Amino acid sequence: MNAAIQGTSVCRLRPGWRLQWEEHQQRHVLLYPEGMVQLNDSAGAILGELDGRRDVDGVIRELEARYPQAPEGAIARDVHDFLAEAAQQGWIHHD
Amino acid sequence: MTDHTDTATANGQTGAPLWLLAELTYRCPLQCSYCSNPLDFAGVGEELTTAEWLDVLTQARALGAVQLGFSGGEPLVRQDLESLVAEARRLGFYTNLITSALGLDEARIAALHEAGLDHIQISLQASDPDVAAAVAGSRKAHEKKMAMARSVKAAGYPMVLNVVLHRHNIDRLDAIIALCDELGADAVELANCQMYGWAHLNRAGLLPSRKQLEAAEATTTRWREHLAERGREMRLLFVVPDYYADRPKACMGGWGSIFMTVAPDGAVLPCHSARLLPMAFPSVRERPLREIWYDSEPFNRYRGEAWMQEPCRSCDERHRDVGGCRCQAYLLTGDPAATDPVCDLSPNHHLIEAARREAEGDTRTARELTPRNARESRVFCRA
Repeated sequence: MNAAIQGTSVCRLRPGWRLQWEEHQQRHVLLYPEGMVQLNDSAGAILGELDGRRDVDGVIRELEARYPQAPEGAIARDVHDFLAEAAQQGWIHHD
Repeated sequence: MTDHTDTATANGQTGAPLWLLAELTYRCPLQCSYCSNPLDFAGVGEELTTAEWLDVLTQARALGAVQLGFSGGEPLVRQDLESLVAEARRLGFYTNLITSALGLDEARIAALHEAGLDHIQISLQASDPDVAAAVAGSRKAHEKKMAMARSVKAAGYPMVLNVVLHRHNIDRLDAIIALCDELGADAVELANCQMYGWAHLNRAGLLPSRKQLEAAEATTTRWREHLAERGREMRLLFVVPDYYADRPKACMGGWGSIFMTVAPDGAVLPCHSARLLPMAFPSVRERPLREIWYDSEPFNRYRGEAWMQEPCRSCDERHRDVGGCRCQAYLLTGDPAATDPVCDLSPNHHLIEAARREAEGDTRTARELTPRNARESRVFCRA
């Protein structure tokens, strides 16, 4: 659980936590017991790809396909940076 | 509570009530002497019906509320809890049940799970049945809580355990945290008793000494290190008691800022203690929730900073702590608009110091404090 996240790691939201689009706030939020994290667009997009099956490389490929205008390597960097932070915060688990 | 949230007044505009606390009932099988319910709860009118609660949930969700706590009293007393949870979840709320676990059994755990309940928070009074019984007035409660905590985890819920700390249990904090660890808690709120409602009534018999508090903080720090070494994800939240702080808390993130309570009879409050203030709060039985939140006089009275008195008015820290807590200001000074006396810049800070001294001389046991029950409450209804 404390190992670094690799391209082949599979990440998932912590059990009982929920990612949700909030129409009223016009952003994704991460909901957990008695708390909420208000996410920016990229954080919402990354967490939205964590289906518990696809690995990190697969998530990056999916997002690169969706945002072809992004500079080369930028999405991979964003995903790795964000997931490391999310794991450190305890928002996600990975194997 | 909420990370990265703008307070409603940061940009001069009122934001949405992101949090709804639904106090379904003031009925409760326990009699905790630190209960934050109003002293005169026995005189509060008829509880909202199921249909009225469903309407409240719909209205609140339309306003942007997303975190929902079912609380009380003991919310499990309401037999319609499962249907309220189901509708709340369908509306998109993250649903939290805040309970003593009395009234819970395997069948209800399954039914609530089926209804889509997201999280259960169970209160513990102590690490052992004797202290728990002295505090909550029930011998059987502790054992029941242990069994239900295990069942809640077995059912796959995230579980937060809430322990209200006071002078009669704080010295056993090490055993309390060990118990929470053993029960599989995901997080533990070590909530030093705040002095509202019944806790204010019993204040001198509840407030710990500074020495006790410092020892508890050291114990918590030690446990955090110990848990981190084991890779155990059990967050420990240590809530410092206001009476030992030198700056006030930004109560509820600001009055009418992100938080709304609906009381059992439909009164809408900016926090669960506000009912003790000398003001009348509007009811969902009379007005739409949107109008109450945005337009009613009580919800606007302490929004922003124009209402503040000195020393808050000219203080650089007013944006951060919003002047502290209106209930505390009123309970201690008689003026709800005063600076929270917790602040050592307040001309009334001596009242906090006096309360600490008074507590030092109080020799009552936990059992000798005034229990929170309907009989005691009726005394305050007459007053």
